[in-house]
Amino acid sequence: MQLTINGQQQSYDGPLNVQQLIEKLSLQNKRIAIERNGEIIPRSQFPEQLLNEGDQLEIIVAVGGG
Amino acid sequence: MESLVIAGKNYSSRLLLGTGKYRDFAQTRAAVDASGAQIITVAIRRTNIGQNPGEPNLLDVLPPSQFTLLPNTAGCYTAADAVRTLRLARELLDGHALVKLEVLGDQKTLFPDVVATIEAAKILVKDGFDVMVYTSDDPIIARQLEDIGCVAIMPLASLIGSGMGILNPWNLQIIIDNARVPVIVDAGVGTASDATIAMELGCDGVLMNTAVASARDPVLMASAMRKAVEAGREAWLAGRMPKKVYKASPSSPAEGMFTGTQPPAANS
Repeated sequence: MQLTINGQQQSYDGPLNVQQLIEKLSLQNKRIAIERNGEIIPRSQFPEQLLNEGDQLEIIVAVGGG
Repeated sequence: MESLVIAGKNYSSRLLLGTGKYRDFAQTRAAVDASGAQIITVAIRRTNIGQNPGEPNLLDVLPPSQFTLLPNTAGCYTAADAVRTLRLARELLDGHALVKLEVLGDQKTLFPDVVATIEAAKILVKDGFDVMVYTSDDPIIARQLEDIGCVAIMPLASLIGSGMGILNPWNLQIIIDNARVPVIVDAGVGTASDATIAMELGCDGVLMNTAVASARDPVLMASAMRKAVEAGREAWLAGRMPKKVYKASPSSPAEGMFTGTQPPAANS
Protein backbone atom coordinates (compact mmCIF):
# COMPACT_ATOMS: atom_id res chain seq x y z
CA MET A 1 0.00 0.00 0.00
CA GLN A 2 1.42 3.37 -1.06
CA LEU A 3 0.94 6.29 1.34
CA THR A 4 2.23 9.83 1.09
CA ILE A 5 3.33 10.96 4.54
CA ASN A 6 4.46 14.55 4.93
CA GLY A 7 5.17 14.67 1.23
CA GLN A 8 7.22 11.43 1.16
CA GLN A 9 6.12 8.25 -0.63
CA GLN A 10 6.08 5.29 1.76
CA SER A 11 5.13 1.66 1.23
CA TYR A 12 3.38 -0.47 3.87
CA ASP A 13 1.71 -3.87 4.06
CA GLY A 14 -2.03 -3.53 4.62
CA PRO A 15 -4.39 -3.60 6.31
CA LEU A 16 -3.08 -0.85 8.54
CA ASN A 17 -4.88 1.54 10.84
CA VAL A 18 -3.64 4.98 11.88
CA GLN A 19 -2.57 3.82 15.35
CA GLN A 20 -0.45 1.03 13.83
CA LEU A 21 1.15 3.48 11.40
CA ILE A 22 2.06 5.81 14.26
CA GLU A 23 3.73 2.94 16.05
CA LYS A 24 5.68 1.98 12.92
CA LEU A 25 6.89 5.59 12.74
CA SER A 26 7.84 5.55 16.47
CA LEU A 27 5.48 8.46 17.07
CA GLN A 28 3.34 6.82 19.73
CA ASN A 29 3.00 8.94 22.89
CA LYS A 30 4.18 11.99 20.94
CA ARG A 31 2.07 15.11 20.74
CA ILE A 32 1.03 15.05 17.11
CA ALA A 33 -2.04 15.72 15.02
CA ILE A 34 -2.91 14.01 11.76
CA GLU A 35 -4.74 15.08 8.65
CA ARG A 36 -5.76 12.56 5.99
CA ASN A 37 -6.63 13.85 2.53
CA GLY A 38 -7.29 17.25 4.05
CA GLU A 39 -9.50 15.99 6.91
CA ILE A 40 -8.37 15.93 10.53
CA ILE A 41 -8.47 12.50 12.17
CA PRO A 42 -9.39 12.93 15.86
CA ARG A 43 -6.90 11.17 18.13
CA SER A 44 -9.66 9.03 19.61
CA GLN A 45 -10.27 7.52 16.17
CA PHE A 46 -6.67 6.45 15.42
CA PRO A 47 -7.28 2.76 16.21
CA GLU A 48 -10.40 2.46 14.07
CA GLN A 49 -9.37 4.46 11.00
CA LEU A 50 -8.05 2.11 8.32
CA LEU A 51 -5.62 3.58 5.83
CA ASN A 52 -6.32 3.27 2.12
CA GLU A 53 -4.09 3.07 -0.94
CA GLY A 54 -2.96 6.54 -1.99
CA ASP A 55 -3.88 8.29 1.26
CA GLN A 56 -2.12 11.60 1.75
CA LEU A 57 -1.21 12.12 5.40
CA GLU A 58 0.15 15.14 7.19
CA ILE A 59 1.56 14.52 10.65
CA ILE A 60 2.27 17.76 12.47
CA VAL A 61 3.86 18.91 15.73
CA ALA A 62 4.39 22.19 17.54
CA VAL A 63 7.80 23.76 16.88
CA GLY A 64 9.45 26.98 17.97
CA GLY A 65 7.93 30.03 16.33
CA GLY A 66 6.97 33.62 16.92
CA MET B 1 -2.99 43.09 40.85
CA GLU B 2 -4.36 44.34 37.55
CA SER B 3 -4.22 41.69 34.86
CA LEU B 4 -4.38 41.31 31.14
CA VAL B 5 -7.65 39.60 30.25
CA ILE B 6 -7.84 37.72 26.97
CA ALA B 7 -10.91 35.68 26.08
CA GLY B 8 -11.99 35.71 29.72
CA LYS B 9 -8.69 34.44 31.13
CA ASN B 10 -6.47 36.56 33.39
CA TYR B 11 -2.72 36.90 32.88
CA SER B 12 -0.39 38.71 35.25
CA SER B 13 2.32 39.02 32.55
CA ARG B 14 1.83 41.41 29.64
CA LEU B 15 4.81 40.05 27.74
CA LEU B 16 4.01 37.34 25.21
CA LEU B 17 7.03 35.45 23.95
CA GLY B 18 7.76 33.54 20.76
CA THR B 19 9.76 30.32 20.86
CA GLY B 20 11.58 30.51 17.50
CA LYS B 21 15.29 30.99 16.72
CA TYR B 22 16.72 29.93 20.11
CA ARG B 23 19.89 27.84 20.24
CA ASP B 24 18.11 24.85 21.75
CA PHE B 25 15.10 23.95 23.88
CA ALA B 26 17.02 24.56 27.11
CA GLN B 27 17.68 28.15 26.07
CA THR B 28 14.07 28.53 24.94
CA ARG B 29 12.83 27.45 28.35
CA ALA B 30 15.35 29.61 30.22
CA ALA B 31 14.30 32.67 28.19
CA VAL B 32 10.62 31.97 28.76
CA ASP B 33 11.23 31.67 32.50
CA ALA B 34 13.31 34.87 32.62
CA SER B 35 10.64 36.75 30.66
CA GLY B 36 7.84 35.73 32.99
CA ALA B 37 5.66 35.19 29.90
CA GLN B 38 2.57 33.07 30.38
CA ILE B 39 1.44 33.11 26.75
CA ILE B 40 3.92 31.42 24.43
CA THR B 41 3.61 31.24 20.66
CA VAL B 42 4.41 28.06 18.74
CA ALA B 43 4.40 27.20 15.04
CA ILE B 44 2.82 24.13 13.45
CA ARG B 45 5.00 22.09 11.11
CA ARG B 46 5.46 18.60 9.70
CA THR B 47 7.14 16.19 12.08
CA ASN B 48 10.30 14.40 10.97
CA ILE B 49 9.51 10.96 9.61
CA GLY B 50 11.98 8.20 10.31
CA GLN B 51 14.68 10.52 11.64
CA ASN B 52 15.59 10.96 15.31
CA PRO B 53 12.59 9.16 16.81
CA GLY B 54 13.80 10.08 20.31
CA GLU B 55 14.04 13.78 19.44
CA PRO B 56 12.63 16.05 22.19
CA ASN B 57 9.35 17.82 21.55
CA LEU B 58 8.80 21.50 22.27
CA LEU B 59 5.65 20.70 24.21
CA ASP B 60 7.70 18.54 26.61
CA VAL B 61 9.82 21.62 27.39
CA LEU B 62 6.86 24.04 27.51
CA PRO B 63 3.95 21.90 28.68
CA PRO B 64 0.43 23.19 28.05
CA SER B 65 -0.28 22.54 31.74
CA GLN B 66 2.14 25.36 32.66
CA PHE B 67 1.73 27.83 29.79
CA THR B 68 -0.98 29.12 27.51
CA LEU B 69 0.27 27.98 24.13
CA LEU B 70 -0.62 30.23 21.25
CA PRO B 71 -0.33 28.35 17.95
CA ASN B 72 0.42 30.69 15.04
CA THR B 73 -0.04 30.58 11.29
CA ALA B 74 3.40 31.92 10.44
CA GLY B 75 4.28 31.06 6.87
CA CYS B 76 0.66 31.03 5.67
CA TYR B 77 -0.11 33.24 2.68
CA THR B 78 -3.79 32.33 2.18
CA ALA B 79 -6.83 32.35 4.45
CA ALA B 80 -7.42 28.66 3.67
CA ASP B 81 -3.89 27.67 4.76
CA ALA B 82 -4.22 29.64 7.99
CA VAL B 83 -7.59 28.08 8.85
CA ARG B 84 -6.29 24.59 8.05
CA THR B 85 -3.21 25.14 10.23
CA LEU B 86 -5.22 26.32 13.22
CA ARG B 87 -7.72 23.47 12.99
CA LEU B 88 -4.81 21.05 13.17
CA ALA B 89 -3.36 23.04 16.07
CA ARG B 90 -6.66 22.76 17.93
CA GLU B 91 -6.61 18.99 17.50
CA LEU B 92 -2.95 18.90 18.60
CA LEU B 93 -3.72 20.93 21.74
CA ASP B 94 -6.86 19.01 22.74
CA GLY B 95 -9.46 21.55 21.67
CA HIS B 96 -7.55 24.67 22.75
CA ALA B 97 -9.33 27.66 21.16
CA LEU B 98 -6.88 30.57 21.62
CA VAL B 99 -4.84 31.13 18.46
CA LYS B 100 -2.70 33.71 16.70
CA LEU B 101 -3.84 34.40 13.17
CA GLU B 102 -1.44 35.89 10.67
CA VAL B 103 -1.83 35.78 6.92
CA LEU B 104 1.22 37.16 5.22
CA GLY B 105 1.31 39.17 2.03
CA ASP B 106 4.85 38.64 0.77
CA GLN B 107 8.11 37.05 1.78
CA LYS B 108 10.20 40.19 1.59
CA THR B 109 8.25 42.28 4.10
CA LEU B 110 6.09 39.64 5.84
CA PHE B 111 3.49 42.39 5.83
CA PRO B 112 0.03 41.05 6.65
CA ASP B 113 -2.44 40.52 3.82
CA VAL B 114 -5.27 42.22 5.66
CA VAL B 115 -7.97 41.20 3.18
CA ALA B 116 -7.08 37.51 3.56
CA THR B 117 -6.67 38.04 7.32
CA ILE B 118 -10.24 39.35 7.58
CA GLU B 119 -11.51 36.41 5.51
CA ALA B 120 -9.73 33.89 7.77
CA ALA B 121 -10.82 35.68 10.96
CA LYS B 122 -14.48 35.41 9.97
CA ILE B 123 -14.18 31.65 9.39
CA LEU B 124 -12.24 31.05 12.61
CA VAL B 125 -14.52 33.11 14.86
CA LYS B 126 -17.55 31.30 13.42
CA ASP B 127 -15.76 28.01 14.08
CA GLY B 128 -15.37 28.84 17.79
CA PHE B 129 -11.76 30.00 17.89
CA ASP B 130 -10.58 32.85 20.13
CA VAL B 131 -8.57 34.77 17.56
CA MET B 132 -5.67 37.05 18.41
CA VAL B 133 -4.88 38.68 15.12
CA TYR B 134 -1.66 40.06 13.67
CA THR B 135 -2.40 43.04 11.48
CA SER B 136 -1.01 46.25 10.07
CA ASP B 137 -1.24 49.47 12.08
CA ASP B 138 -4.33 50.54 10.13
CA PRO B 139 -7.00 51.66 12.62
CA ILE B 140 -9.87 50.88 10.23
CA ILE B 141 -8.72 47.29 9.66
CA ALA B 142 -8.18 46.95 13.43
CA ARG B 143 -11.77 48.02 14.05
CA GLN B 144 -13.10 45.63 11.41
CA LEU B 145 -11.19 42.72 12.97
CA GLU B 146 -12.61 43.64 16.36
CA ASP B 147 -16.13 43.83 14.90
CA ILE B 148 -15.68 40.31 13.47
CA GLY B 149 -15.07 39.12 17.03
CA CYS B 150 -11.30 38.82 17.38
CA VAL B 151 -10.30 38.72 21.07
CA ALA B 152 -7.11 40.77 20.67
CA ILE B 153 -5.78 43.09 17.98
CA MET B 154 -2.05 42.77 17.36
CA PRO B 155 -0.71 45.53 15.14
CA LEU B 156 2.90 45.51 14.02
CA ALA B 157 5.28 48.14 15.37
CA SER B 158 7.58 47.53 12.40
CA LEU B 159 8.37 44.54 10.16
CA ILE B 160 8.55 41.05 11.72
CA GLY B 161 12.09 40.32 12.86
CA SER B 162 13.36 43.79 11.89
CA GLY B 163 14.01 45.14 15.38
CA MET B 164 13.18 48.62 14.06
CA GLY B 165 11.00 49.55 17.02
CA ILE B 166 7.80 51.60 17.13
CA LEU B 167 7.72 53.38 13.77
CA ASN B 168 4.22 54.84 13.92
CA PRO B 169 3.18 55.52 17.50
CA TRP B 170 0.36 57.79 16.33
CA ASN B 171 -1.43 55.02 14.46
CA LEU B 172 -0.98 52.69 17.42
CA GLN B 173 -2.45 55.39 19.64
CA ILE B 174 -5.55 55.63 17.46
CA ILE B 175 -5.98 51.85 17.50
CA ILE B 176 -5.59 51.75 21.30
CA ASP B 177 -8.02 54.63 21.83
CA ASN B 178 -10.68 52.96 19.66
CA ALA B 179 -10.30 49.36 20.84
CA ARG B 180 -12.58 47.55 23.28
CA VAL B 181 -10.39 44.42 23.21
CA PRO B 182 -6.72 44.17 24.21
CA VAL B 183 -4.21 45.71 21.80
CA ILE B 184 -0.90 43.90 21.74
CA VAL B 185 2.02 45.16 19.73
CA ASP B 186 3.29 42.22 17.74
CA ALA B 187 6.48 42.46 15.70
CA GLY B 188 9.24 45.01 15.37
CA VAL B 189 10.38 45.42 18.97
CA GLY B 190 14.19 45.46 19.02
CA THR B 191 15.22 46.33 22.55
CA ALA B 192 13.80 47.03 25.98
CA SER B 193 13.00 50.71 25.39
CA ASP B 194 10.82 49.76 22.40
CA ALA B 195 8.70 47.54 24.63
CA THR B 196 8.44 50.31 27.21
CA ILE B 197 7.36 52.84 24.58
CA ALA B 198 4.64 50.46 23.39
CA MET B 199 3.34 50.04 26.92
CA GLU B 200 3.55 53.78 27.63
CA LEU B 201 1.28 54.34 24.64
CA GLY B 202 -1.32 52.26 26.47
CA CYS B 203 -0.88 48.91 24.73
CA ASP B 204 -2.20 46.00 26.78
CA GLY B 205 0.80 43.82 25.99
CA VAL B 206 3.76 43.18 23.72
CA LEU B 207 4.52 40.04 21.75
CA MET B 208 8.10 39.48 20.66
CA ASN B 209 10.49 36.77 19.60
CA THR B 210 13.55 37.87 17.62
CA ALA B 211 14.41 40.74 20.00
CA VAL B 212 15.00 38.12 22.68
CA ALA B 213 16.21 35.14 20.64
CA SER B 214 18.69 37.15 18.56
CA ALA B 215 20.14 39.14 21.46
CA ARG B 216 23.73 38.24 22.33
CA ASP B 217 22.41 36.90 25.63
CA PRO B 218 18.78 35.89 25.04
CA VAL B 219 18.03 34.96 28.65
CA LEU B 220 19.31 38.32 29.96
CA MET B 221 17.33 40.15 27.27
CA ALA B 222 14.22 38.19 28.27
CA SER B 223 14.69 39.50 31.81
CA ALA B 224 15.19 43.05 30.49
CA MET B 225 12.00 42.78 28.45
CA ARG B 226 10.03 41.65 31.47
CA LYS B 227 11.14 44.78 33.35
CA ALA B 228 10.62 47.00 30.30
CA VAL B 229 7.02 45.87 29.86
CA GLU B 230 6.31 46.25 33.57
CA ALA B 231 7.95 49.70 33.66
CA GLY B 232 5.99 50.89 30.64
CA ARG B 233 2.74 49.61 32.08
CA GLU B 234 3.32 51.27 35.44
CA ALA B 235 4.29 54.55 33.75
CA TRP B 236 1.09 54.44 31.69
CA LEU B 237 -1.01 53.70 34.78
CA ALA B 238 0.78 56.44 36.72
CA GLY B 239 0.08 58.98 33.98
CA ARG B 240 3.12 60.88 32.77
CA MET B 241 3.60 64.59 33.43
CA PRO B 242 2.67 66.92 30.59
CA LYS B 243 5.49 67.87 28.23
CA LYS B 244 6.42 71.55 28.57
CA VAL B 245 8.46 72.67 25.61
CA TYR B 246 10.39 75.94 26.34
CA LYS B 247 9.04 76.05 29.87
CA ALA B 248 11.55 74.83 32.43
CA SER B 249 10.31 74.38 35.97
CA PRO B 250 12.84 73.97 38.81
CA SER B 251 12.33 71.09 41.20
CA SER B 252 13.90 73.09 44.07
CA PRO B 253 12.37 76.21 45.67
CA ALA B 254 13.07 79.56 43.99
CA GLU B 255 12.66 81.36 47.33
CA GLY B 256 15.20 81.50 50.17
CA MET B 257 18.30 81.85 47.98
CA PHE B 258 21.17 83.30 50.13
CA THR B 259 23.68 84.02 47.36
CA GLY B 260 21.96 87.25 46.33
CA THR B 261 22.85 86.94 42.63
CA GLN B 262 19.94 87.63 40.28
CA PRO B 263 19.53 85.09 37.46
CA PRO B 264 20.38 86.47 34.04
CA ALA B 265 17.36 87.48 31.92
CA ALA B 266 16.30 84.91 29.33
CA ASN B 267 16.29 85.83 25.65
CA SER B 268 12.75 86.65 24.64
